[in-house]
Amino acid sequence: MFDRAMDLRGSKAHADTAFRWGTLVAACLVLLILGLIAVTMTNRSWPVLSRMGLDFFTTKRWAAPDGIFGALSFIWGTLYTALIAIALAVPVSLGVALFITQIAPPWLKKPLVYIIDLLAVVPSVVFGLWGVLVLSGKIQGLYAELHKGVAMLPGFLIPALVLALGVFILLGQRRSTAGWALAGLGLLLLLFGRTIPQEIFGPSPQGRSFATAGVILAVMIIPIVTSLSREVIETTPSNEKEAALALGATRWEMIKAAVFPHSKGGLVGAVMLGLGRAMGETIAAALVIGSATGQISMNVFAAGNSMPATIANEWGEADSPHKSALIALAVTLFVITIVVNLIASTIVRRSMARSAGKRA
Amino acid sequence: MTSMEPTPTPALDLTAKLSWRVAKNAIMSGLMLTAFLVVAVPLIAILWSVVGKGAATAFAGFPDFFTAEIPVVSRRAGPGMGPAILGTLLVTGAATLIAVPLGILGAVYLHEYGGNRKFARLVRFMSMVMTGVPSIVMGLFVYIMWTLTFGYSAFGGSLALSCLMLPVVIGSTEEMLKLVPGHLREAAYALGTTKSRTILTVVLPAALPGIVSGALLAVARAAGETAPLLFTIGAATAYNPQLFDGANNALSAQIFTNATSSFVAAQNRAWGAALTLVLLTFLITLVARVFTARLALKR
Repeated sequence: MFDRAMDLRGSKAHADTAFRWGTLVAACLVLLILGLIAVTMTNRSWPVLSRMGLDFFTTKRWAAPDGIFGALSFIWGTLYTALIAIALAVPVSLGVALFITQIAPPWLKKPLVYIIDLLAVVPSVVFGLWGVLVLSGKIQGLYAELHKGVAMLPGFLIPALVLALGVFILLGQRRSTAGWALAGLGLLLLLFGRTIPQEIFGPSPQGRSFATAGVILAVMIIPIVTSLSREVIETTPSNEKEAALALGATRWEMIKAAVFPHSKGGLVGAVMLGLGRAMGETIAAALVIGSATGQISMNVFAAGNSMPATIANEWGEADSPHKSALIALAVTLFVITIVVNLIASTIVRRSMARSAGKRA
Repeated sequence: MTSMEPTPTPALDLTAKLSWRVAKNAIMSGLMLTAFLVVAVPLIAILWSVVGKGAATAFAGFPDFFTAEIPVVSRRAGPGMGPAILGTLLVTGAATLIAVPLGILGAVYLHEYGGNRKFARLVRFMSMVMTGVPSIVMGLFVYIMWTLTFGYSAFGGSLALSCLMLPVVIGSTEEMLKLVPGHLREAAYALGTTKSRTILTVVLPAALPGIVSGALLAVARAAGETAPLLFTIGAATAYNPQLFDGANNALSAQIFTNATSSFVAAQNRAWGAALTLVLLTFLITLVARVFTARLALKR
């Protein structure tokens, strides 16, 4: 409208239109690439997907020479290592984000952020190299100790402790979701699964395992989860924080009363984005997960395999149907990470929009 | 943002004993500090290993390690990462030349033309989704689209890396365009300038330091990527300066190969290559920071 109203441009109008179309084409590239990924990769993996059918996702036997491809153990490995990574990374990231935003003096904030960002710059293959040549050798002793320790405890003790912790939180705050979840989990374990803790901390045959992959992935996603949490936490309106402090709340009480309720949604989104990253990470996982095909085990110290790690490790010596099966793994991974990311960015956007609205 | 739901009642219970509340505050603050120390440990440990083990290999008989070819027999001790260094520079450089201009153009569309239109919102959302696509998926995609037809080459790797960089550059550039004050655009229009000229001569130069800084961070990430290169560039051990022709190599891909080797000589070369790669990415990040600092000075 504006353009047409004052068309003083004469012959330059063509250049203007051309530039406009150029930018539009560049923007369309995003849609084009995403569409092409979905179409070409599904197409390439179709021979295996159509032959295996649903068995591809529900069976765990993966035998390339026999032409049998069941991806279940890799799906399990991907989800399990990502969960271990999240369980380790979230408390740490949240702590660091709170430390930087609420506790650190202003002059210290920037250096602290730089240090965390430095971790994000280290290439994933370097994490993997360190994981396979240094960490996995040293950490196995710790695994063995943990296994011995847990095996020594009476079976009801860990479930009972979880239950007690949940009840303790509920006594302080009756509507705490975490309290109810912990209490429920403890009770369930106590009734039906007293051996589960011992299964999780099982024997450790070697340093390369789900747990090592989880640790490395945790270190790799801490920067992104921290920086997103920091952004979310910083949107807390200062009048709410000051109100809590003015009532005589300690800093921790202020965080609980003003910061957490305000940023809950955004923090959940940050965690889910971290989850997406952890599931898609290839090289570090490929080096430290132990490459044991067909393992579906609760034992965090067992060797296993994940979808991206399998693709990276088996590609070199794969023949045509095997390659097609590996591409099918990539399609599965693509779909899972897209779904996780869609949910995550929707949550983040909504919570950011809500807090922006509240401030206005 | 019209949804005015009632603010949740704060769970602020100040009835407990003061000493207990103060103690709890101290414990929680202590835990936050501990979290920070926990993050510092792996960072220091990794840098310690990389510098300690890498420097011995990389700087023995300087500059052999950076110039010699990669030994074909991997158990043989001695230097050589030259072809991989050249490959990394070639692959990353070409990826930058593809992704940065396209990303800037895409961001210009989103912010200057698209604004809040449905299509622009869709592209913005999909670009955010694209940042989450695992890098190995991008690698396989380029393998299917390019490598299957044209064979291994540095350019295949560049295509894969540019697919990874594109949404990142779009995102960071759009953030910078948002910071350009509207009165600059209006002043240009008032002089009778066309929109494209305004963008090219007023808006983009004003946002340039920020755009460069964002692009450099994307380049630093791309230089360290391994997974997309596994399917696209091959594993040459000799120098190959051709962008479009013949198998090539990269530091990251070579580290991945050597890390699984049982020969100490190959592992040592992996540490040396890791040191080189870390120095390269840190250097690029540092330059990005300089641009950011310049931006801050201008304001």
